[in-house]
Amino acid sequence: MAQSHRTFIRFLLNDRPVELSGFAPDLSLLDWLRINQRLTGTKEGCAEGDCGACTVLVGRLDNGILTYETINACIRFVGSLDATHVVTIEHLNRPDGALSAVQQAMVDNHGSQCGFCTPGIVASLHGLWLSDPEPTEADIERALQGNLCRCTGYEPIVKAAVAAAKTIPSEDNDRLVAGYATTIATLTDFADGARVTIDSERGTTFLPADVDDLADIYDANPDATIVAGSTDVGLWVTKHMREIAPVIFIGHLAGLQQISFDETGVTLGAGVSYTAARGALIAAFPQMAEIWDRIGGEQVRNMGTVGGNIANGSPIGDTPPPLIALDASVTLRKGKARRTLPLEAFFIEYGKQDRQQGEFVESIAIPALDEDAFFAVYKISKRRDEDISALCAAFHVTTDAQGLVVSARLAFGGMAGTPKRAPTAEAALIGQPWSWDTIQIARAALAEDFQPLSDWRASADYRMLSAQNLMIRFFLETCGAPVRIERHPALAEA
Amino acid sequence: MDAPAPRSKAEISGGAHTKREHDSAHKHVTGSADYIDDMPEPAGTLHGYLGLSDRAHAKITSLDLDAVRSADGVIAVLTAEDVPGANDISPSGRNDEPVLATGKVLFHGQPLFAVIAESRDQARRAAKRAIISYEDLPHAIDVRAAMDAGYRMVTEPMKLARGDVDAGLAAAPLRLKGDMRIGGQDHFYLEGHIAMAIPGEDDEVTVWSSTQHPSEVQHMVANALGTVSNAVTVQVRRMGGGFGGKETQSNQFAAIAAIAAKKLNRAVKLRPDRDDDMIITGKRHDFVVDYDVGYDETGRIHALDACFAARCGFSSDLSGPVTDRALFHADNCYFYENVRLVSKPMMTNTVSNTAFRGFGGPQGMLGGERVIEEIAYALGRDPLEIRKVNFYGGPGRDVTPYHQTVEDNIIERIVDDLETSSEYQTRRAEIIAFNQTSPVVRRGIALTPVKFGISFTATWFNQAGALVHVYQDGSIHLNHGGTEMGQGLNTKVAQVLAEEFQVDLDTIRITATTTGKVPNTSATAASSGTDLNGMAAANAAQQIKTRLIAFAAEKFHIPEDQVVFEPNHVRVGNELMPFGDFIKLAYLERVQLSAAGFYKTPDIHWDRASGKGRPFYYYAYGAAVSEVSIDTLTGEYQVDRVDVLHDAGRSLNPALDIGQIEGGFVQGMGWLTTEELWWDDKGRLRTHAPSTYKIPLASDRPKIFNVKLAEWAENRELTIRRSKAVGEPPFMLPISVLEALGMAVASIADYQVSPRLDAPATPERVLMAVERLKALAADDETSRI
Ligand SMILES: Cc1cc2nc3c(=O)[nH]c(=O)nc-3n(C[C@@H](O)[C@@H](O)[C@H](O)COP(=O)(O)OP(=O)(O)OC[C@H]3O[C@@H](n4cnc5c(N)ncnc54)[C@H](O)[C@@H]3O)c2cc1C
Ligand code: FES
Ligand code: FES
Repeated sequence: MAQSHRTFIRFLLNDRPVELSGFAPDLSLLDWLRINQRLTGTKEGCAEGDCGACTVLVGRLDNGILTYETINACIRFVGSLDATHVVTIEHLNRPDGALSAVQQAMVDNHGSQCGFCTPGIVASLHGLWLSDPEPTEADIERALQGNLCRCTGYEPIVKAAVAAAKTIPSEDNDRLVAGYATTIATLTDFADGARVTIDSERGTTFLPADVDDLADIYDANPDATIVAGSTDVGLWVTKHMREIAPVIFIGHLAGLQQISFDETGVTLGAGVSYTAARGALIAAFPQMAEIWDRIGGEQVRNMGTVGGNIANGSPIGDTPPPLIALDASVTLRKGKARRTLPLEAFFIEYGKQDRQQGEFVESIAIPALDEDAFFAVYKISKRRDEDISALCAAFHVTTDAQGLVVSARLAFGGMAGTPKRAPTAEAALIGQPWSWDTIQIARAALAEDFQPLSDWRASADYRMLSAQNLMIRFFLETCGAPVRIERHPALAEA
Repeated sequence: MDAPAPRSKAEISGGAHTKREHDSAHKHVTGSADYIDDMPEPAGTLHGYLGLSDRAHAKITSLDLDAVRSADGVIAVLTAEDVPGANDISPSGRNDEPVLATGKVLFHGQPLFAVIAESRDQARRAAKRAIISYEDLPHAIDVRAAMDAGYRMVTEPMKLARGDVDAGLAAAPLRLKGDMRIGGQDHFYLEGHIAMAIPGEDDEVTVWSSTQHPSEVQHMVANALGTVSNAVTVQVRRMGGGFGGKETQSNQFAAIAAIAAKKLNRAVKLRPDRDDDMIITGKRHDFVVDYDVGYDETGRIHALDACFAARCGFSSDLSGPVTDRALFHADNCYFYENVRLVSKPMMTNTVSNTAFRGFGGPQGMLGGERVIEEIAYALGRDPLEIRKVNFYGGPGRDVTPYHQTVEDNIIERIVDDLETSSEYQTRRAEIIAFNQTSPVVRRGIALTPVKFGISFTATWFNQAGALVHVYQDGSIHLNHGGTEMGQGLNTKVAQVLAEEFQVDLDTIRITATTTGKVPNTSATAASSGTDLNGMAAANAAQQIKTRLIAFAAEKFHIPEDQVVFEPNHVRVGNELMPFGDFIKLAYLERVQLSAAGFYKTPDIHWDRASGKGRPFYYYAYGAAVSEVSIDTLTGEYQVDRVDVLHDAGRSLNPALDIGQIEGGFVQGMGWLTTEELWWDDKGRLRTHAPSTYKIPLASDRPKIFNVKLAEWAENRELTIRRSKAVGEPPFMLPISVLEALGMAVASIADYQVSPRLDAPATPERVLMAVERLKALAADDETSRI
């Protein structure tokens, strides 16, 4: 089928359509808003996705439904915004110009001091207000995981979120609700399924029409950088000033966002965001809740993808350890050719994965757990939320009728140059009774498997000791002992 | 004037002692509060970026900037040679801090050159192209290494002494020694440093600077330009946070922007990336505290000998007064019969450390509290008992190590009230019972007090000015020498003014701080902003009111006491005139409606050489109870509950004061828990962005957080409406969090061994402390899991 082709992107910015061409593939939304559009309400606090001062809402159509999500404008590229609705603080007041419910509650509760974090906080709370009519304290904290405030201590901000929830979003009090129907019509119109190519002095931007088109474009431009959620690539640009052109954006491809979930397991398209994956994944593997809501902050989870977390090959990504422990497989595609390999085999060594030039990650398949299997995932970080793991551990053990260990998959992140299993510790478990004594032996054996590094996140000693101790936690939990600190105990099971 | 006068509205809105929102709250939430980077740029504005050293200590053998100069968009590259005046921004006057380094670099990240280009992105990319060769020199990054290497101190140390410490130590029934490491802290103001310089005629320049100290920026810029202060105007409307990090650290950015602006005759803006901001600018000082304490079975301290050594970085900056203030607070609320406290402000090859909320006081106080904790565990008692035994008391037990008498002591009442309201004793008993049966999760609770001295210890800084205009229509323009960084200073000073004139708060417009309106200001620091500037504004108002009263008395032939300022009106004899009408009349009668107010704090003096005087006008008090849980397998923890009772005197604005307490608490908690500065063996700071440097999040704040002001409190000194400063004192309340973590750790060895948890108590430090105690308690069956 002959494809239609565009050389510009178009999206809604607050209340007006924008058409852009000729821009650089690494132009950030934040710079474009602040420098080109002089919309200075959105702030830059870090330019790396960690502070939330740059938070804006992005609305997009998913099967005809319009949803708004918070994102970090500092690491989001303008090229990825085709057929979306970008909403900045300047558009978050009421249609009559008065303060929104969130803004008013922030004023009433003294939720701002220096005010620099405030537009981002208001945007995050606005996103929560639109999507969750009865947020619990845990929901509010989760919505604020990606927002730093150095002045207030957060107490008044949380109170403001509670207070705002007393007002129900409506056409009268919210511009987004008021514009819902027209926005859907406009975005439907914008999403014409065309391939988009933008040339600029700084290189080319591609927006493939669909997954097959992606395969073609990548095959023809194997040196291109694939950008999904840009939660890694964004920092290559803002922090390392790396040249990334040509760029192929894939975040808009519905074909990479399929989620299938049945009794055999879960399959995620490579472009599924953490937020989108959450429901199915946690339904199938409730233990994943422990780490899922601790990956980045809400903005990062709204953008970042599981595919990107795997493709980047990082030794400290949070999804590989549990996925390896669950024996997930990854499907790669180059042109029309596909191959599937165990995820474990994908990580060859630090900085090296089993991925050919022009080959991309298409999907990840995770087999269902046996009903009586023991499985858990733990993340250790200096700060509980929105922190990179010092250590991530996933344990998956099955036992037979006699209580002897039949299989053991112990996978760790942060302990070596790649996410890796612990063969010696696993061997110490196999065939042994699932008991305190066995765990002690396996725990000691772990020292044979890894020589972790010392860095600013943790010392080698701490990494090893806490990895070993997590095996004890795992054992105790399989015995039903409550051994963890839970901030919101009743809500831990999402 | 015969008809009975109508009654005026009973009260003005927004007067003193009322809860008012921050004056910019509406603008904050709508994104319309402008910070410097949001201001419209003059046509042709250029952008600067700094090139930094990538050695901790080295000779520069060559600096090849050709590739920088030839990069896209580059207009100029500046080095030290381009500084027309003095290449010095040292606030201590020691000439030890260059604008741009020459010859040698003294820390990793020291600015060497500045690129000026058409866009910030171009300047930033160009800066990377420098080719620099070095000849490495040995470096010392921390205090112990610096001492071992024989590094000098950056400024003279201080000694505070009273009694006979050697005899006291020798005679005391019990004695212990130890040391504590206390980490530094990055300010992490959300708005990073920024300056925009706009050249004027002749040698004039206007600099918009995100600074807490516009007058110093003015002097530094003038000095670097080789001109005088009257050529330089420095302005700031608001900062996106300061916390001390913009007291002296703004000088460099402002000076470079001004030099470039004058050289190129175009506006120049300089804003480092967050990582560079954290690398280039100073932080809270890290300390190593060595202590030797003599005490008795009741826990009473007989003698304390302690040394506070600080990582000051490569230059003196404010390290002298910061380490002094550490010593001033090592006593916290406790009387030391015999005492010797010495400071060691060590030079290190790190960024020069600077002011940070509390200004060394928190580190001093933490050292003092560690001593209390050690005594408590050595005696197997609740640290709170030891605290009470040592509180300052009446005559004979009321003199500090710096020979100031504590006259306003209310700590016992604060602690008693809090102990009761927080149900400390019941909860502590319940926690000890819980720990006996909980193998993995352990809990802890601690109550710690705070006494914090208010005033700049450099006595001459304790002065302030304000400029007040009343316009013909009755609207009022307020300007003062303080700067707004989120603390609500402008709101409070405006409330003071509203109260003086008896007008609604919205009659008053607060304007940007500028050296052109109020000269020779002090830094907005040492919690003094409202104390000083509020008084100065009140003084200005009183001058205008005096003139108005004299005018009305004369005009209407009535005694002066019949001219009364009532809510939004002035009562003149029997007639009640709307404020605006009265002012219009005064204008027509040629009354001067503008005044410059002034204030200086009375009664304070300090002689550093002898270590004696009254450096503080008064003390602010507070206390907190914190309860925590720790996981003894991983060291992870959570703050379950915090109760605070704090003394803000007669609070000018209870809502803003509570905000300072909550915010200060969480910031202090961050300092003591997750905020860790980590240097590698090359001397590079590796925690220089929020990805690696972890300040608290909403989900780290105390799960239950009860904050109360001591409503009965009132400043016994004549401060502005009997209020007390509130910016810094609450920062030390979370010492209770560290001690609660310590107690949870100590449960491993049945509270018989001091946990010696150093700061920051990251999960790693907590686990390692647990391991240490487990090893010590290994023989004791019951304490094993
Ligand atoms: C503030 C912040 C906090 C974070 N916290 C965590 C955390 O707690 N835990 C954690 O694990 N991670 C964390 N991350 C990183 C995490 O968000 C990323 O690893 C994310 O999963 C990458 O997905 P992405 O879609 O954003 O990838 P991108 O940044 O778009 O791409 C990442 C890499 O993968 C490649 N790529 C992407 N998709 C494909 C594909 N389909 N096929 C081939 N190559 C592809 C890209 O070319 C690039 O090399 C954090 C990031 C930020 C900014
Ligand atoms: S600027 Fe900090 S997250 Fe974007
Ligand atoms: S109000 Fe200052 S950072 Fe939040």
